[in-house]
Amino acid sequence: MTKNLRVKSSEYIDETNRISFKFNGKTYHGFKGDTLASALLANDVHLVGRSFKYHRPRGIMTSGSEEPNAIVQINPGTNRTEPNVRATEVEIYDGLEASSQNCWPSVEFDIGGINNILSPFFPAGFYYKTFMWPASFWKKYEFFIRHSAGLGKSPTSSDPDIYDHRNVHCDVLVVGAGISGIMAAKNAAKNNFKTLLVEEKNELGGSTIYENNEFNKIDNKAPSEWLKKEIEELKNIKNLEIKTRTSVAAYHQYNYLLARENLTDHLEAKDKTNKIRQRLLKIRAKKVILATGALERPLIFNNNDRPGIMLSSAVKKYSEFYGVACGSKNVFFTNNDSAYESALSLYNKGINVEALIDIREQSESKIVKKVKEAGIKVYWSHTIVDTVGYKRLNSISIMKLSNDGTSVTGSKISISCDCLGVAGGWTPAVHLYTQSGSKLKFDEEKKVFVPNQNTSEQISVGSCDGDFKIDEIIKNLNHKLKDALNIKETNLDNIKVEIDQENSKRNIWLLPSDKPIGKTKPFVDYQNDATAKDIKLALREGFRSIEHVKRYTTTGMGTDQGKLGNMHALGIIADTAGVKMGELGTTTFRPPYTPLTFGTIVGRNVGKFFDIFRRTPMNDWHVENKAEFENVGQWKRAWYYPINGETMHEAVQRESKAARESAGILDASTLGKIDIQGSDASEFLNRVYTNAWSKLAIGKCRYGLMLNEDGMVYDDGVTTRLGENHYIMTTTTGGAANVLGKLEDYLQTEWPELDVYLTSVTDHYATASLCGPNSKKILKKIIPDLDLSDENFPHMSFKESKIGNVQCRIMRISFTGEHSYEINVQASYGKDLWEKCIEAGKEFNITPYGTETMHLLRAEKGFIIIGQDTDGTMTPIDLQMDWIVSKKKYDFIGKRSLYRSDTMREDRKQLVGLLTDDPNIVLEEGAQIVSELNQSPVEMLGHVTSSYFSPNLKKSIALAVVRGGKDMMGKKLFVPMENKNINVTVANPVFYDEKNERLNA
Amino acid sequence: MFLINCPYCGERDQQEFKAGGEAHIERPKQPTELSDDEWAEYLFMRKNIKGVQFERWNHAHGCRKWFNMVRDTSNDEIKAIYKMGEKPPTQ
Repeated sequence: MTKNLRVKSSEYIDETNRISFKFNGKTYHGFKGDTLASALLANDVHLVGRSFKYHRPRGIMTSGSEEPNAIVQINPGTNRTEPNVRATEVEIYDGLEASSQNCWPSVEFDIGGINNILSPFFPAGFYYKTFMWPASFWKKYEFFIRHSAGLGKSPTSSDPDIYDHRNVHCDVLVVGAGISGIMAAKNAAKNNFKTLLVEEKNELGGSTIYENNEFNKIDNKAPSEWLKKEIEELKNIKNLEIKTRTSVAAYHQYNYLLARENLTDHLEAKDKTNKIRQRLLKIRAKKVILATGALERPLIFNNNDRPGIMLSSAVKKYSEFYGVACGSKNVFFTNNDSAYESALSLYNKGINVEALIDIREQSESKIVKKVKEAGIKVYWSHTIVDTVGYKRLNSISIMKLSNDGTSVTGSKISISCDCLGVAGGWTPAVHLYTQSGSKLKFDEEKKVFVPNQNTSEQISVGSCDGDFKIDEIIKNLNHKLKDALNIKETNLDNIKVEIDQENSKRNIWLLPSDKPIGKTKPFVDYQNDATAKDIKLALREGFRSIEHVKRYTTTGMGTDQGKLGNMHALGIIADTAGVKMGELGTTTFRPPYTPLTFGTIVGRNVGKFFDIFRRTPMNDWHVENKAEFENVGQWKRAWYYPINGETMHEAVQRESKAARESAGILDASTLGKIDIQGSDASEFLNRVYTNAWSKLAIGKCRYGLMLNEDGMVYDDGVTTRLGENHYIMTTTTGGAANVLGKLEDYLQTEWPELDVYLTSVTDHYATASLCGPNSKKILKKIIPDLDLSDENFPHMSFKESKIGNVQCRIMRISFTGEHSYEINVQASYGKDLWEKCIEAGKEFNITPYGTETMHLLRAEKGFIIIGQDTDGTMTPIDLQMDWIVSKKKYDFIGKRSLYRSDTMREDRKQLVGLLTDDPNIVLEEGAQIVSELNQSPVEMLGHVTSSYFSPNLKKSIALAVVRGGKDMMGKKLFVPMENKNINVTVANPVFYDEKNERLNA
Repeated sequence: MFLINCPYCGERDQQEFKAGGEAHIERPKQPTELSDDEWAEYLFMRKNIKGVQFERWNHAHGCRKWFNMVRDTSNDEIKAIYKMGEKPPTQ
């Protein structure tokens, strides 16, 4: 039977709407408006998880996204399961299930808890120090380390939800809807700025909305009452969009912010279906107003992590906002006045407050007096030296603090309690601010880092700028808004604010205990179990940089990114090293501020939308004819066309033979096509290709090789002169976009005087490549009127013609060494052209072939493929293509580099043919080539770049790059493989029809 | 993610652009007259400044135009943008 700790009702909790949910298999009840954390607390459940390293029992510490301990697995075992979710952020709904993480067999009894007892043997850097020796053992260690690493379980089936991305543009983005954010948004929108206000919680108002300090007044009203009216008025303001449950994850340069909008996480399963679960907002804001508030700091004392130990502000929020008492015997531990507000809040609701421990000597504010009047015992100048209670706090021990705050004196007093609210002051939430590149400074008086140097159009307002008192907040907000928005008046001008707080605070980063530090466990990072002891050890071992200490101790490296403890870590380092906080700097806060789901990051780019792909106009035919496809750049290209269950090898052998014996047809539409026009087009080609172009007659085609300025082969293709000032260039399929980019670069920046215009027409034409000894007869059937004689239409020439009524461009060019034609028609006629060719070719057994056969056929001819036989380190000379490099031209891209001492070396890797001594062995592409087998270490001469079994030559053939290969013709080399050495002989790379007789066959 | 003011199209997101390295390195008019060292200077040597740097950018997924940018590489502040062939700003 669990206790019900629900106290006087709260307007934010709908007690008429009872919700049942499960935690660790047990059913509990809460109300609409509860978070998982508040509902568990109402059921007196504090123990919710185990810590990462020592498996210590941990409870709910906070009420927000900074929560380090209450990390749960949501809906375990379902396809919607999500690990590492903060219980403080989960809104409960009927049917919600959650379970603890990092414990086995259960959170109540966890085997890993043994680590806590063994903790003296797990100091900072334990893994680095222990698993070093012997080095060969790492593989064994790794298995166990991996096994125990990680938190939570990822889903095992695919995510049923839809995710979305949206671009948002606004004049003013306000992050955080506390009092500052609301007033900033209101004034911005009223002054005609298109304003977006985002808030991570489901309610507006921040902490002011449940503010209960009766001594604070705005316009003679309680701040909460005053703010509720302001919020009510927001609804009627034009230009203002409000997004709740929306958390800004990242703030990049130029006011580009990413926010996650949660749309269905708070709904029951039946209401989640077919809705967008989360949406990533990509926000470009002209101005950003950060009103991200402040996070309360804990205090660092011995055993400060037990379930029941919480932030004082969280205890207050649970009581005021959720109507939940976190304990029946409450104690507060503080270094400032804010714990008194929490204590009074509990007292006013009839919740028992046992005592307040204050490390200060005194405080004179009205609220402190009020607490005393209420009869709550205050221990001034006292600190907690230890706490007791394994799975739930049951008592604390306190002692008097010495004047300098470094030791304790007197006798120990034990106080029985089940909840301890800790108040260590407030830390501005500057995470997003620093992500934007802006710089912080350390405020010695307030002991906080505050915004200092803005790098973009942004301001920080309210407590994230270091203003903690309402009068300060309103006053500074007013003039900051006027400056930032360039407005003369705001509705803050005539507001009357009364406040009580006294700002006295006694800051001690690490509180002393009666035990030596080595025997204590003062946790700084709760999630990663990093203690003050670990930080001190790191410093003793010589670490100085804050970034190094952080990595060595893992402080701040959990899923909460150390939102609570980072300041203490810095403080302890500064105190121990004897330097000032400001000099140390702070660790870098990196996005995301709170974790993002993968779904949110990828949005709609899943499944078939994962990547862009391009299909040719003939694609449907390939699909209908059961082609296998391969990805070439973004293109889906037909790879081979298996029939009757052929393997790829069988299909390719058949296709290759058919293409040489009768006729083959290839879809060549993907080749890049660039239309080049202008009076300097010829001169331009002269400069970008290695060979000469001025004398190419109209109607003729020429193969060209394009280099980079460093002399290395970049792209190749055939260019046809269509007219005096008009060429069409083809490029490799994968290189098309880059070639166009490169040509544009030279035209615009180096040679702007040239009259040349480039247009990509790759997608405008579909290309069928008809090849083989019968290709001429097939083309004749399709276009009977065209004179196909060698005199009228010789190899390397072009004709414009018509197929029926469809205009077409035909190039008689060949990548296979066979008599062949590339027929280009407007893309929309592509499939029609293809089908006509197939129909006309039937009597010649025309065989469609894919990219694999194309590769094989060209390898038989020793034609290179850019990117397969070249890799950005091959010059035309290395490729034995000296014939294409003009000696006469004064200049072309890359020419000078061909005469550098390095590119002229004789022992560069050069392209050669390789024949295996056993003609049936096909070499592996990428295999290494050596000349000596008994050398150690063996010298690698090069590697195989292309390798096939040629059905036309009935033997294996290969292309390879070999150091000094040009002069090795006939030399015996070896290709050493895993279980055998293959004997090979260097050969001419042209294996088939060396005299090119078949081109005119 | 920068917001880049293309001199032809106006403000666009960085993802539409491609960076093209250091600006104002002119291709030698007579490469064959240069020694290996002089050619290597043009071909390989780049300053890679921490601070104010003159760079080339291309609106690759927009108007395809190249232009120049003055950017502080230490904080990514874009100080100026000007067209190819225009004089670089002095201050």
